[in-house]
Amino acid sequence: MVVPCLLVIILLILGEIASPGFASPGQIIKLLTLAALLGIVAAGQNLVILGGREGIDLSVGAIISFGAVIAGNIMQGTNSMVAPAILGAAGAGLGIGILNGIGVTILRIPPLVMTLGMMGVVQGALVAMTRGIPSGNAAPALSDFITQPVLAGIPGILFVWVGVGLIMAWLLSRTAFGYRIYAIGTNERAAKLTGVSAWRMRIGLFGLSGFFAGLTSVFVLGYTGNSFIGVGDQYMLPSIIAVVLGGTPLSGGHGSYTGTMVGAFLLVILQSILITLQMEEFGRQIVFGVTLLVLMLFYGRQRRLRV
Amino acid sequence: MTRVAEISRIRFFFRRLDLTRRPYLPAIAVTLLLFVLNGFLQPKTLRPVAIVADISTYLPLILLAVGQTYVVLASDIDLSVGGIISLVNVVTVSVMAALGESQGAIIAGILVGLLVGIICGGLNGFCVAVLRFQPIVSTFASGIIFAGFALWILPQAGLAAPDAYWETYGDSLFGIPFVLWILVVMAVTVALIAKLVFSRSLLAVGGNIQSAYQSGLSVPRLRISAYILCGLFSATSALCLTGDTASGDPLLGAKMTLGSVAAVVLGGTALSGGRGNPLGSIFGAIILGLIGSVVFFAGVPFEYQNLVQGLIVLAALAGGVTVARR
Repeated sequence: MVVPCLLVIILLILGEIASPGFASPGQIIKLLTLAALLGIVAAGQNLVILGGREGIDLSVGAIISFGAVIAGNIMQGTNSMVAPAILGAAGAGLGIGILNGIGVTILRIPPLVMTLGMMGVVQGALVAMTRGIPSGNAAPALSDFITQPVLAGIPGILFVWVGVGLIMAWLLSRTAFGYRIYAIGTNERAAKLTGVSAWRMRIGLFGLSGFFAGLTSVFVLGYTGNSFIGVGDQYMLPSIIAVVLGGTPLSGGHGSYTGTMVGAFLLVILQSILITLQMEEFGRQIVFGVTLLVLMLFYGRQRRLRV
Repeated sequence: MTRVAEISRIRFFFRRLDLTRRPYLPAIAVTLLLFVLNGFLQPKTLRPVAIVADISTYLPLILLAVGQTYVVLASDIDLSVGGIISLVNVVTVSVMAALGESQGAIIAGILVGLLVGIICGGLNGFCVAVLRFQPIVSTFASGIIFAGFALWILPQAGLAAPDAYWETYGDSLFGIPFVLWILVVMAVTVALIAKLVFSRSLLAVGGNIQSAYQSGLSVPRLRISAYILCGLFSATSALCLTGDTASGDPLLGAKMTLGSVAAVVLGGTALSGGRGNPLGSIFGAIILGLIGSVVFFAGVPFEYQNLVQGLIVLAALAGGVTVARR
């Protein structure tokens, strides 16, 4: 937890040096907005990874793209349809997530494979639905909620993110459900022997991951205004990295969402600095990759063989 | 025949079908099924010309899948293969262009490309085996780096490969299409590698890494070797792609990474390592190609093709996993 926070501060300072105004309140809020979008989908990813058994959800990017089109078509730019749009997208995400969960638990397909296949299916469904032409528009109220200040100069989406953070913290540390997540993530056999239904929980976790992705899709739509096919693809791997940077190992069992929130912010700042430095695309990519590798030196290195 | 002899004959037969030792059998069966189905839907695909064209198209993914298999057998994964393809493709074409497109230049380009693949694999192996990074995130990051270098070397797609290069690729040698030669050489290489102790050691590492270490195997060296092999096969795949597309393109490999993982699973190899066979991955890659072909020739409406393909692949992946679990 300490390392990511320190890194955030260091990067903000570096950014300010490289480009004055980088760390200004207005800019930081913009960065936090982007981090919120990543952070909310990372919440679902976090839950799936915490549950152990190599839990991972590769379908979140496709779900975001899918949900954005659904939400956009329900909304069609009318403010009154925002709520149904949220329900529709989040519901679709929940459904897809539950299907993932069923495949992982009942069919015993490894999560990597199941969510990979589901990603292909959802992308195919997206093409089938839109015939390649994206449609649907965000309602003005939604766009304003995401990009315009609501209270004290802070956009509504950030309040939502804080809310998500509080709910996750409460869920993971104050409910039996949360404790059971850590239980099946750490030692599933022991958990089962104490009566925890691991398979039911996993279906729930994957369902929640889909739900959060669906929720994020609405916000992404609000951020971009209208959807384009593949708008969600850029969220898939960063959501996993944000979770890892936040202190949750890919094997699950321990970690917190607050760490993931910091991880998401860290990733967004990193990407932003690279853009600000006006590095060309290739330079940004290389630096991004190298930075990830360097960060890996501090995070989740696997056990030594020599015990 | 005596009863005993009869029984041992039956046992002998079923042992040949033992999925634990031959996890690739369902993949072969499915491949044949799809091939027949494909031929039924569009008889023209059964013509030798069509088959060679198909092999030419599937070959890059086949090579990639085989490389990925070695890494997966050791219970690791390599998500950077797409990046390696892009980088090798770009480097090869650039070297050939820079050296004047002569025969020597072509050979130099090929050698440099293979070398790049080895270096990339070595880097991956170092990060995973020595620095003990988690393979998924580490190879994802290195994939980004390789793709970044590809972009640096060739910012825009379109540098043409020498005529001699791709003409030879599409041509025949002693009457047999070049791509078939590549396929045969690859198959022989895979068979030879399977005979080495190395293969068994890889399976040991993938099965139980702690036990493998404690029985004296040099685990880091084995894992790094697997990654280097993967890099080498990825480089070969890139060379074939270059022969197919006849140009350099920094964005070439992106989609093939996940396809290689799918092909490995379809071939009956367990992602958790310790069980499986590159032969299965060869058929897994062919299956992926054939699924697309079948969906196309079955007359599925254009907008539904991706969806149907995705559903079939998902079902096939489920099957592949079930086989690998035995």
